[in-house]
This record gives sequence, structure tokens and C-alpha cells, in this order.
Amino acid sequence: MSLFQYDFMIRALVGALVIGLTAPALGIYLVQRRMSLIGDGVGHVALTGVGVGLLLDRSPVLMAVLVSAVAAIAIELLRERGRTSGDVALALMFYGGIAGGVMLVGLSGSRSNANLMAYLFGSLTTTSPQDLAVIVVLAVLVLAAMLVLRPALFAISHDEEYARVSGLPVRRLNLLLAVTTAVTVTISMRAVGLLLVSALMVVPVATAQLVSRGFLATMLTAMGLGLVAAGAGVWLAGTANTALGATIVILAIGIFLVVAAGTAVRRALGRRRAAPSGPAPAVEPCDVVLESAPAATAPAVDLGGSDRATAPR
Amino acid sequence: MADSIVTVEYGAVAYDDRPVLRDVSFRITPGEVVAVLGANGSGKSTLVRAVLGLVPLSAGRVTLFDTPQRRFRQWWRIGYVPQRIGAGGGVPATVAEVVASGRLARRGILRPAGGADRRAVAEALRAVGLTERAGDPVVTLSGGQQQRALIARALAGQPELLVLDEPTAGVDSASQDAFAEALRGFVAGGGTVLLVAHELGPLAPLITRALVVHRGTIAHDGAVPEPAGHHAAPGHEHVHPHAPDESSGLWGRP
Repeated sequence: MSLFQYDFMIRALVGALVIGLTAPALGIYLVQRRMSLIGDGVGHVALTGVGVGLLLDRSPVLMAVLVSAVAAIAIELLRERGRTSGDVALALMFYGGIAGGVMLVGLSGSRSNANLMAYLFGSLTTTSPQDLAVIVVLAVLVLAAMLVLRPALFAISHDEEYARVSGLPVRRLNLLLAVTTAVTVTISMRAVGLLLVSALMVVPVATAQLVSRGFLATMLTAMGLGLVAAGAGVWLAGTANTALGATIVILAIGIFLVVAAGTAVRRALGRRRAAPSGPAPAVEPCDVVLESAPAATAPAVDLGGSDRATAPR
Repeated sequence: MADSIVTVEYGAVAYDDRPVLRDVSFRITPGEVVAVLGANGSGKSTLVRAVLGLVPLSAGRVTLFDTPQRRFRQWWRIGYVPQRIGAGGGVPATVAEVVASGRLARRGILRPAGGADRRAVAEALRAVGLTERAGDPVVTLSGGQQQRALIARALAGQPELLVLDEPTAGVDSASQDAFAEALRGFVAGGGTVLLVAHELGPLAPLITRALVVHRGTIAHDGAVPEPAGHHAAPGHEHVHPHAPDESSGLWGRP
């Protein structure tokens, strides 16, 4: 495969694979607590960080990590309060974030629109070896936290009140999730861009939960799907000369649609087969039907998320 | 062993300046099975939530295992069973995964699950009769089975006190019996129980003491009220209508 004789393609591939593996590992907790779109919001704010970095001539990625981490913590504290005004506060933060980013990038002068596009929609092929090192190190840290703390993060995402009565450090775990979301968004912006970050966190999870029965199984399947979409996306983008980030996301959504169609067909066949066989084996088919019922409603939200992400274009 | 499992002294709770509980005092000692009874909106759920620290007190104090609630850290001694399972965002979780989260209080968040944890989870599943469903997604269980899964989660932590918020509300009778059986086993092992109930059903023989909450205060503290009150026994309300004097006697109307 001559495509990967170039160093920059190798770097793009490594970056994409690392992010494809990490984003769903974090995203599953966000999906579970119905915060699928939080990555989008944090991404909007991260753009202000990029603007600050460009303006001050400091590392845009580093500034984006800092600014989006502060924003993610603020969002988490608002969520914890559970105030109705939190919704409006989130909207202010998101649009303020993206408007501030566009203004600051504009102010920074020399490096203009091309640069903005690179952050909004990703440009993994221009990643330097130093950038890649930062991405890999941060991704490994996020991944390790998500895997090691899985039982605790599962508990707070599944039933926060129970977790509190169990004496878990719920607030610290929530803040950890907020900060790791910010970190994941920022490192993913090099691959798929700030506007498509949520897709990598959410779509593989939405696909995995169509076919899996448990949380760990969903998590591992989603990570595998993220890896496949990222790897195949780099190859396809290089071969067909399409935008890398968009290609990865389209592939992930394509896999989702195929799996959704497949489970629908399997369910229909299972129902037909179960019907004449009488009441005895009714327990198993019944489980299958019930399992996919709530999963079928979730993707509507997730697809809505990626629609929304592309809307500001 | 602690002299007192739960002590509430002059407890008061208000939501946005609207008083829900006023001047509530009681003490639960080891081995008691206490039912908190009362009509909808009487404040009975708020009472147990305040005991657990999920709702802040506006006055008074709560003591858990002889430790003021603010300084209480031994949460593994308490098993909490909420009214219903967390909805979640559609990510499936197996029954065993949900029950296993009941071990976290005991083993801490960084230590991976060991043999003792797996045995406790298996034992808790067996106690509520859900062993065969361990690998199934919780959403495929009936309401009563989900409730049993939540009890198994609390039992998996091997607590000394079980706190249950309306555990049998809307639960089919087979699950109510399985639930009563699990609770009987827990009590026989020396456990203490604090449960909120709208109706006692098959749990009635287990209850050693009843606290009746009415309009934010404790109207009765003692034996389970004899007339069984509003819906306190299954089918009761269908057999004969409540006489007005019956309810005034039970609720201690001023």
C-alpha cells in the first residue's frame, strides 16, 4: 500500500487510530448519562482556546485544552445544581465559545481562514511529530482512566444517587469526566475537527448498543468500531482524496446504518420464527425484542447530534 | 456493634422554604425492621432521603452508626434500594453489572473485583432469585424483577442496614414474595431495615415497628397500626371502604 510510504500518512493513521479507540471509551459514559451533545458544546468553547493560542502565539492545542477544561467544569457544576436556567447558560457558553473563537482567530491576522478550517474540520495530515506525541500521551491517559475507573464511572452514570449513598467521590468523578471530555475533544479536533468530535464519541456507542447486552461488551465493541472507522477512514480518505475527518464520521455512521438494518432484519426473522413454535421458547425471543426497543430510540438523538454538528457550516 | 443504627433528632427539611418535615425525632436500634408509612406527599420518602444525606436538613441532626452524618464515611454499612432503576441513556447493562456496582462501597473505586466480590454478587443474585438472569440486560426484566435486581445490588455490599424506598410499589405478587423472602433472610442474619411503604403486603409479618408520617411530622411510632389504614394491606381497600373514624384514629388528626 503505497499510501503509507509517506510519514505524514503514517502519523495521520496513528493519530486517527488512537482517537478512534479513545473517543468511544469516554463517549459511552456521556451517552449513558444522556449528555451525548456535551462534546459538541465543549468543542465550541475549545475554539475560543484555539483563538487565544493563535493570538498569544502559544500552542493552540494547549490553550484549547485549558479553556475547554474550564468550560467543561463550569458545565458540570451547572448540571449538578440542576437549575432550569442551566440550559440557557449552556447555550450562552456554546455560542459565546464559537463566536469568540472566530473573532480571536480573525484578530490573530496572518494565519486566517485555512487555519480556522483546520480546527473546525480537522487536518490530521498536517500533524507534526510533536503534536502526535501529545495526542498519544493524552489519549493513553484518558483511556487508562476510563478503563481502570469503569466500575465507578458506570455507577455514577447509571445511578448517581445510589453512587452517592455508596460513598463514592461522585463530584470528583464527575469533574474527572468533565476534564477528560475536554482533553478528548481537544486532541480529537486534529483528526475530525471540533464540529465533528461528538460523532466519534457517540456514533460507535450507538452502533454497539444495538447488538450488545452489557455495558462492558458495549464499551469494547464501540472501541473496536471506532478503531475500524478511523483506520478505514484514513485509507479511504487517502485513496479517494476526501476530507479525512468527514470520511471517518461518514464511515462510522454508515456502519451504524448497516448494523441497525441488520438488527431490524434479524428481529423480524426472529419474530416470524418464534411465532409458530408455541409458548415454550418464548423467553429468548422476547428478550431480543425488548433489548432493541430502547436502543432504537437512542440513535435518533445521536444522529441529531451529528446533524447539528454539521449545521453551522 | 453500634447501640443505635439511625438517630434523627428534631430533623426538619424544607424545599425552597416550603417545610416538608418538621421536628422529626426517632431512633432505630440493631435488628429492628421499621416501616415508614404515610399517604402520598406526607414526606415519608423525604424522611429516608434525609437520613441518607440525599436531602439536606434545614434543622436538627442525623446520626448513623453513632457517627454524625456529616462525618460518616463507612457507607458500605448501608445498602440503599431506590424506588426505581436509573433510566440511563440506552446503554445496555447486564443484571450482574448493576448488582456488581453494589460492591464498590466495600472495595473502593480503584481495586478490581476479586473472588470475594464475585461470590457476594452471585449470592445476592441467588437471594432474590435472579441467578438465571445475571447475563441479561436489565431493561428486559419486568418491573418487579428490576426491583429485585436493585435489592440484590444493595445486598451485594453485605450491609448492616438496608434502606428501601417503596420497594414493592407496582410490583407483581411473585416478585413481592421473592422480595419478602430476601428481606427475611437479611433480617435473620442480624440486619436492620428501614423501609418506606405505601402498602406492606407480604412484608407485614416482618415489620417490628411502624413510623406513620402525616403532614411532615411523625403521627405514630410503635406497632403496625391495627386497622391497616390507607392501602396498608393488599386488597384491603377493595374489600371495604375506609370509615372516616378509622383514618382519624390512625393519623392522629388534631
